Formats: sequence, C-alpha cells, structure tokens
Amino acid sequence: MPLVLVAVLLVLTACSGPFPQSVFAPKSDFSTEIDSLFWNIFWWAVVVFLIVETLLVVAIARYRARPGAATPKPVHGHTALEIGWTLAPALILVFIAVPTMRTIFATAGHAPEGALRVEVIGHQWWWEYRYPTLEISTSNELHLPVGTPIQVEMTSADVIHSFWVPALGGKRDLTQGRTTRIAFRADSSGEYWGQCAEFCGVSHANMRLRVVVQPDSAFQRWVDRQRAAPVAPARGSLEEKGQQIFRRSACIACHTIAGVSPGKVGPDLNHVGSRATIAGALFPNNSESLHRWIANAPSLKPGALMPPQNFSAEDLDALVAYLQSLK
Amino acid sequence: MKSWLTTTDHKRIGLLYFWTAFVFFLIGGLEALIIRAQLARPEGLGVSAETYNQLFTMHGTTMVFLALMPLSAAFFNYIIPLQIGARDVAFPRLNAFSYWVFLLGGLFMNASFIAGPLFGAGRLSVAPDAGWFGYANLTSKQFSPGPNIDFWLLGLQVLGIASLAAGFNFIVTILNMRAPGMRMLRLPAFSWMTLVTQFLVITAFPVITVALVLLMFDRFFGTHFFIPAGGGDPILWQHLFWLFGHPEVYILILPAMGIVSEVLPTFSRKPLFGYTVVVYSGVLIGFMGWGVWSHHMFSVGLGPIADSVFAGTTMLIAVPTGVKIFNWIGTLWGGQIRFTTAMLFAIGFIAMFIIGGLSGVSHASPPADLQQTDTYYVVAHIHYVLFGGTMLGLFAGMYYWWPKMTGRQLSESLGKWHFWLTLIGMNLAFFPMHFSGLLGMPRRIYTYAPELGVGGLNLISTAGAFLIGLAMLVFLWNIVRTRRSGAAAGNDPWGGATLEWAMSSPPPVYNFTVIPHVASRVPLWQTEHHAPMTPLPATPPAPIHVPGGSWWPLFTAFGLPTMAIGAISHQLWLVLVGVAVVIVGIYRWAYEPFEM
Repeated sequence: MPLVLVAVLLVLTACSGPFPQSVFAPKSDFSTEIDSLFWNIFWWAVVVFLIVETLLVVAIARYRARPGAATPKPVHGHTALEIGWTLAPALILVFIAVPTMRTIFATAGHAPEGALRVEVIGHQWWWEYRYPTLEISTSNELHLPVGTPIQVEMTSADVIHSFWVPALGGKRDLTQGRTTRIAFRADSSGEYWGQCAEFCGVSHANMRLRVVVQPDSAFQRWVDRQRAAPVAPARGSLEEKGQQIFRRSACIACHTIAGVSPGKVGPDLNHVGSRATIAGALFPNNSESLHRWIANAPSLKPGALMPPQNFSAEDLDALVAYLQSLK
Repeated sequence: MKSWLTTTDHKRIGLLYFWTAFVFFLIGGLEALIIRAQLARPEGLGVSAETYNQLFTMHGTTMVFLALMPLSAAFFNYIIPLQIGARDVAFPRLNAFSYWVFLLGGLFMNASFIAGPLFGAGRLSVAPDAGWFGYANLTSKQFSPGPNIDFWLLGLQVLGIASLAAGFNFIVTILNMRAPGMRMLRLPAFSWMTLVTQFLVITAFPVITVALVLLMFDRFFGTHFFIPAGGGDPILWQHLFWLFGHPEVYILILPAMGIVSEVLPTFSRKPLFGYTVVVYSGVLIGFMGWGVWSHHMFSVGLGPIADSVFAGTTMLIAVPTGVKIFNWIGTLWGGQIRFTTAMLFAIGFIAMFIIGGLSGVSHASPPADLQQTDTYYVVAHIHYVLFGGTMLGLFAGMYYWWPKMTGRQLSESLGKWHFWLTLIGMNLAFFPMHFSGLLGMPRRIYTYAPELGVGGLNLISTAGAFLIGLAMLVFLWNIVRTRRSGAAAGNDPWGGATLEWAMSSPPPVYNFTVIPHVASRVPLWQTEHHAPMTPLPATPPAPIHVPGGSWWPLFTAFGLPTMAIGAISHQLWLVLVGVAVVIVGIYRWAYEPFEM
C-alpha cells in the first residue's frame, strides 16, 4: 500500500510549478548538492525497502499455517546469515556516508572571497536583513543578485529561529549570542519562498519570507533605491497629511523612517512601499491589507507586538497613502 | 476500592498502569484529531495559534510520557514477574509508588488545561506551549511569562521520579528474581529488552532532571543557564535535552521490539531466530543510543566535524536495528504462521518500522537533513517509528497478553477490523507527510498558505487520522464486548513458550503454585534437548505467603505533586508541606511492619 501511495504522490508532485517552497526545485549550488545527495540516499532506501518488504511478504505468504502440518523445525539461528545481514547494511551505509561527508564539507557555510555579505537577524516574528558592505537594510524580503556568491551570517534578537528557503539551501538556526553561517550562489532569477522552521512562539507559522533573486542590473537598481532617502511627500498632498499623522502617532516609537522617526523595535519603513508583502510576508502589500494591519495587527498575526491603532478612517487612508508612497 | 489503593500486587499495578495510560493515550489522540482538523485545509478551521501550540505540545508530551512509556510499563509490571518465574517485583511498594506518582504527575500536567482562572490568565487553558522538546530560550520567563512552562517542567520532574523508581525496581527484579535455571541467556526477549530499557531510563532520566532543574532555576530564581543575554547558552538545553531525548526514543521502541520478539515466535511456532544476536543488538542499540544525540541538532550549525561524527554514529545504529528486522523475518521463515490479531500487529510493526528506519537514515545525513528537519518529513518519520513501531507493537502486546491479564480473549474478528483500519489509517495519515514536508511545510505551524500547494496532502492526512480514531472506537468496542461476553482464555490460548502461559488466566495473587525450574529458552515447548516443562500443580502444595497492601506508597506519592503545586503557585509553605509528606511517608513506609 505504501507503494501505491508513493506512485500517486510522485505523480502529484512531479510538476514543481505550484510548489514555491519545495525542496525538489534547487536553484543554487547549496541546494543542488543537497538534492543530489538526497536522491542518492533515496534510491538506496528504495532498494532496501523493496528487498526487506519482499522478504517479509514472501515469508508470510509462504509459511502460513496449514492444518495438520507438523511443528516446524526449531531453528535457532544461522551464523553466516547473521554476519551477512550485518555486513550488507553496513556496506550500503558506506555508500551513503562517503558522499554525505563530502557534502558536509562542501556546504560548510564559507563563501569564497568577494562574496556579498548579508546579515540575517531573526525577530519574533519577522526577518531583518543588513548588507554591511552596501550599507542598506531591509526586512522580510531579501534581494540577492544571481550568480554572485552570498555569505549569510545569522543571529537572533530573541528566541531561536531557523532561516529556510528550500530552493536556495538547507535551513540554519539563528541563536541569540551566536553567529551561524550558510553560503550559496543562486543560479537563476526568481522569487523564492521561505519561512521560519524552528518553533519560535505563538506566531511561528506567520514568520515567512521571500527571496528575490535578480540579475545584477536589477539588483543594482534596487540597491540604489534602498540607499536613497525616503521619498518626501508633495506639499498639500494626502501623503503629506499621512506623514504628519505618522509623526504624531505611536508608530515612531518602533519604526524607522530616515529623517522622520528613529524607532528600532519593528521593521524599518524607509522603502516599505517597494515591498511586495507586509507583516512577515504574510499579506500582499496593498491598501486593503495595510488598512487592516494598522487597525488591528494582533488579530491578523497572533502575538504581534504592534497594538491595535485607533485612527479615524480619514487618517488611516492618509497614513496608508503615505506608506505606499515610500517606494 | 481500598484493596486497589493499597495494592502492591504487580498484576493489579500493571492493570492500573494500563487503564491510566490508555486514557491518556485517548486524550493525546483527541489532541491529535483537533490538530489534524485544523490542518485539513490551508488557513485553518479556527483553532487559535495559542490553543494549537498547546495542543501539539501536549500531544507530544502526553504520547511520550503519559501513553507510550506507561503502556510499556503496564506490560513490564504484569508480564515480567510471570516471565521470569517470580512471585512479584523486587520492591512491590516502590512499584505502587511509581504508579501513583505517574498518575498524579499526569493529572498535574493536564490540570493546566483548566487552571487558567487560578493564574488570572484570561483564558481557561494554560497548558504548556513550547513543544515537547521545550527549546530554550523560548521557555525563559521573558518569552513565556505564564505558568504554562512551569506546568510542563514540574510535571516532567514528577513523572521522571516515577520512571526512575520503576527503572531501579525492574533492573533488580530481572537480575535477582529469576526462577532457578533461568540464566541470562534463557531470559525471554521481552524481559531482555525491558532490562535494556530500564538501564536507559536510570541513565537518561537524570540528564533531563538536571536540565529541568536548571530551567527551573532560570524561571523561578532568575539564573541564566539558558539565557544568552545573561551569559547562558540556549544550545546547552538542546544538548541536555537530546542527550536524554535520544535514549528516550529507544526507551519507547525497545519494549515494543521485545513484545514483537515474543509474538512472532509464538505464532510462527518457532523459537526466536538468532536469539543471542537479537539480545546483543538490543544491548548495542542501548549503548549506541547515547552517541547520536546531536543528529537532532544538525541545523544548529555545530560545524562540519561534529556533524560528520554524529552522522557516522547515527548511520551505524541502523546496523543493529536492521539485524533485528532480519532476525524477525528469519523467525517467520519456515514457520507455521497463524494470523491472529496479535500476529498481524507484530508483522505490521516490522513493515512500518522499516519505513520509519529508512527515512531515519535519510536524515542521518546532515546536508539532507537540513532540508528535512523541522518539516512534516520528520513528523512522518517519528510517527512511522512511534506509531507504526511502538504503538503497533503495544497493540500486538495487548491482543497477545489480554487473555492472560483478564482471563478473556479479545474478539479476533473485531481485532482484525481494528488492525486493518489502523494500518490503512496510519499510512493515509503519515505517508503524505513525507511529501508535505519536502514540499515546504514546516512542523508546529497552526496555519499554512494555500499557495504552498500542500492542502490536498493535508486533507488526506486528516482523513487518515480520523480513520485511526475510528479504529480506536472499534478497539474500545472490542474491550467492552470482551468484558461482557469474551471467550474464556484458559491457561494458554496461543500455545506460548514462556512461563506466563504455565498458570491460570488471570494468575492467582501468588503467581506460581510452585516456582518452576527452567531448563530452556522455550520452557513450555518441546526442543531437541528438552521436553516441555511439567505442568504446575493447580493448587499450591504449601501455603504461600503474600504480603498485604500498604497506604504509604500512595501517601508518599501525594507529596510530590503537592510540592509542584506549591512551586507553581509560589507558596513556599505548600512546598514544605509536600516535603513533609514525602519524609513522613518514607519513614512510615520504612518502618511498616511486614504484616498488615
């Protein structure tokens, strides 16, 4: 029966298109190494599975009790057989262990010289990214250039999290007081999904992320935009009214907008309008989600630190317009 | 009633363990069904994140500590003295104490579901919510300020005492109370695996005890063992927890392997193939189980050397495990196999455990594990091992020993329904999890995005889980029917080889009318060298002294949850009352006259 299930499910999973978080569509050297190792182990496992389950099925089919049969000969064991079925699995394990060791050292998390350094800091329940050499930072949506070696250095601001983007590589934990590393080189552009893989409290399920891998030129444009000062709204516009409301609100205690507010608790909002999602890659970044999110974040993301905000409908419209203008 | 509260009879204590653990098993199962209902489709069915986190924490904790371990303990209690030819365990009152501590510890932990109002929590349930592994520093006061984690750590501390007391008791029992002629290598395989398990218990539980004491200090007295901001290290918790936690996995599986090693020979009508190899591989697994803990931590980033070493030890442990499987198949080979329900569950155990073992090898490889750990792939693995393995093994034990324990035989036809529904249900529930995990679904999430594309797989898993639930209803019905009108069992309904089948069912309070002399591994069977043991006389030729019951184990046991309640409510006087109860209880227990 498991075999039938395997068949059905393999068919089901053969098309990798609709699975944005699948491990079966590796898009980096790191994830490709893991993928080939996995399939190596998988086929050994299939061979062992077939042999052992076949023996089991043959035994129970052949030796069912027949009425009137004599008591079977009391066989107590067989030394050669014991040695054989001790050595056989040990030998198979050698064929798994050798490529395993090779892959461990090949994927030990150290990128070559000249790699782009990215710092990932886990927070309950969002991701902060810093590019120390580019002097920019962002959150939840990580932008990376295709084909460039990336050195990711990770730590946590609170509890243990785990950074996992299956298409780009295996997961690695983020622990306060430690720095952990992974390294990879993305081999094709695209948007890859990931999420926190270590249970980190009430909204663990809502700590998601996206990685946007772009060609060099597009990445450079994105970097330039991140480096620019936040857009100042036009005088008399709805956005400017939103900015004034923002300045007067509790928002400034936690969120940074350069030249407007210094808060450091939540994600910075310098270019929040340029992101595709909000709230830890939980909702699309559009007017409707921003309205709902600002009005009552904890109802959408349990445990979220941002308390419900009591803006009038007009003020909220203006505030959302301002945030959306921060491209 | 009084006779049950004061009992020191291993058989009655075995039954108490069984029914208590079975109720906890059903509670843990209900928790699983709510979890599966919530995950049936993306974005859930309305279970809140808080409740969900409590449910998966309590499901894991309950199944490990309150269901699987004590269900095994039920068989240790009932069967071991019978198998080794003893009148009781070595320390009957300590045995009663173990049971009462287990019961009270389990009740204490589950009381958290309704204790919210006592702590002004604003909700009914303050059940533990940081996972059965309770990773630091999420469990620190800063990130888990409520009483939830306190219920967990104090409850586990209390339960650990029950396990430790039972561990010492059974080691002494098995080593010292064997019938004349029962040398160690004539010990039935189940007794052997129990012995190995108990050595793991007495060595592994102190590790979790220490870890929990450190956590308690962090939470109650402001120390920083696991708090990085104070110079502590949350990774230390992971090392301590898994240093306990991996031997614990073998504590859970070895008893089931022992049961299967009894059931297969009986219904193949052949002695266990390669008995000594099966025994030694069990001992070897027990030793090697200590050297593999960091394979739970490959994503921590311990470095390539540590990862390689633990990958190597973990792959090695697959060898003795594989050897056991081959020997079980060797036992079947050439036999006269009777497909009783017990036998079906034992064969099901082998078939399912192979799957769990092979997926285990796939995450013994650290790079591969980096894509698998903390996903549903691992959930699939542990359920093939602990449900497909341990639980099917325990069901085999239930059908096998039910007639001995109750005097009546469970219905075989209902039993077959129970088996097939369970087998189909578990494969529907757990097999698709391999795929949902590799397609990107992490564990311990109360909701997932529809875009992940794993909604269909989850729906299948949920259907399978409810099928397992249906199978449990069939089993319950079987139990009820058997109680009312089950066929009488007689001494030996299966033609078993070991000593427990030499006496009436259920056995008299003194077990053996005459302590038998054991001359072979299969004393009730004809072998090349030995005739079957002569039947025991129906009545004892001389009066047999049976010690009476005692109130003091129960009294003493109450001291421990009293201390826990005192600690969790920050009432020092109540802690001291608990301490006093334990001291007075032990004193009176020690000086209790031999006769009552």
